[in-house]
Amino acid sequence: MSTPAPAALIPGHPRTPALRAARLVLGRDLRLAFRRPGELVQPLIFFAIVATLFPLAITPEKSQLVLVAPGVVWVAALLASLLALEFLYREDAHDGSLEQFAVSGQSLTGLLLAKSVAHWLLTGAPLAIMGPLTAWADGAPMSALPGVFISVAVGSIALSLLGSIGAALTLGVRRSGVLLSVLNLPFTVPVLIFGARATQQAIQGVDYTAAVQLLGAMAILGVTLAPLAAAAAVRISLE
Amino acid sequence: MAWTWFHKLGSPPYVYKLAATLTPWFAWIAAALMAYGLIGGLVISPADYQQGEGYRILYVHAPTAWMSLQVYVVMAVASAVALIWRIKVAHAVAAACGTMGATFTACALATGSLWGGPMWGTYWEWDPRIIFELVLLVQFLGYMGLRAAVDDTQRADRICAVLAVVGVINVPIIHYSVEWWNSLHQTASVMKLGSKPTMPLSMLMPLLSMFFGYVFLFGALLLTRLRAELLSRERSASWIRDVVRA
Amino acid sequence: MNGLIEYLDMGGYARYVWPAYVIVIAAIASNILMARRALRRAREAALRRVAAKGTSAEVPSQVGNAQ
Repeated sequence: MSTPAPAALIPGHPRTPALRAARLVLGRDLRLAFRRPGELVQPLIFFAIVATLFPLAITPEKSQLVLVAPGVVWVAALLASLLALEFLYREDAHDGSLEQFAVSGQSLTGLLLAKSVAHWLLTGAPLAIMGPLTAWADGAPMSALPGVFISVAVGSIALSLLGSIGAALTLGVRRSGVLLSVLNLPFTVPVLIFGARATQQAIQGVDYTAAVQLLGAMAILGVTLAPLAAAAAVRISLE
Repeated sequence: MAWTWFHKLGSPPYVYKLAATLTPWFAWIAAALMAYGLIGGLVISPADYQQGEGYRILYVHAPTAWMSLQVYVVMAVASAVALIWRIKVAHAVAAACGTMGATFTACALATGSLWGGPMWGTYWEWDPRIIFELVLLVQFLGYMGLRAAVDDTQRADRICAVLAVVGVINVPIIHYSVEWWNSLHQTASVMKLGSKPTMPLSMLMPLLSMFFGYVFLFGALLLTRLRAELLSRERSASWIRDVVRA
Repeated sequence: MNGLIEYLDMGGYARYVWPAYVIVIAAIASNILMARRALRRAREAALRRVAAKGTSAEVPSQVGNAQ
């Protein structure tokens, strides 16, 4: 059950301005996702499960948990984003929509950026809320929560967008889960390092702007360059 | 004039014959350089003031670490050339780099661990340079894994080329990690551009000799694997007949 | 003889220095062997393909450009 690409993107249709095409793709992706809310919440439930495992496995003592809280939040966020990335291109690759995008005459880069934005809105942005919740549950003070929110929000953008590169590279590969995480490693490791540091600084009440700025730089890199690489990889996979 | 040379390098039979001629030269030069490096490093050069005889691991650790970066750069450049100018030979070069890159990286990590044990008091630390070198190892393994996972050779070539180019970001990260972070590793003492090396000549000469020895070794191995790749990719060309029967 | 043993001891660091060298030399040696084996296998496979083609018409090789 899937929607074919919007008429505006099919070859032969009078040329649509790029921004309108991107908005159409964004709207389509969001609408499609909400038709299957069960699939939509999977990454978030996964995040909740992973985050819950840590106190059970390590210790329920909040005074000790607060020390590992940044790690818990970010490991759970990373795993959830890996799970979510598998869905990014899968449906569209299967039903031929991706191919339609590629031959539509629109910039594939722009359309993939729109897909990534939709993907982030659905799977990354909610983490920005669940992250602080988890940190609070693990003993972080209320004053730290805005900082945790900012760091996870910015970091999740970086994760979603840079992660689309690995998703595009493994487009034609069956059972691509592990390979996907392996290929994305050079991008996720720096995001993880600085994200966890920013969250930790927020929890400790120390100034976290430097780390968030670095996260922001990575997010910007993701927004500008990742769709280019993803488009190149998608074109190769579709040949 | 230069373009003729460039175009010749795009021709598999030409490259094959060139590789066959160069390989023994590279191999012998590598052997000579490494022999001098090993003897100079293990026997002739004096013990270090602080680290005693233990510092001699340097002569295998630094070159392998440096080579791990070099191999990735070669792979990335070959991939870029292949994507931009659509040259099949360049894809073959990139494909030939994977195993050796992984080997050098693994050796760098292993020898580094053996060096860190007595000197830093720890066999493993989550130090930035070590982390990113580990990521580099995973990158090489991922590259080879992706190549194996994609069925069609042409598509595998091109998708791996994109991966190699995109992943090159890790190389400057590894190189500058010692300057960007407070790290257990010391900052560059040999590779600083424009300033004199801070190492005495008796240690520096064998070290440089090992560096270049590894480079020629990599060259010889790369040319060998390149020949194997070229042979396995050419399906219907008659040049194979001339070359293989010779 | 004593001098040799003292040298091999590497001032007490022997169990770090020598394994490091052994690992690297073993890795290089195995790489050399693997590369040569890869070339040998490729040549045999190519020879088999050429023999199978037998006296089929000469096909000039592409000058490596078009993908």
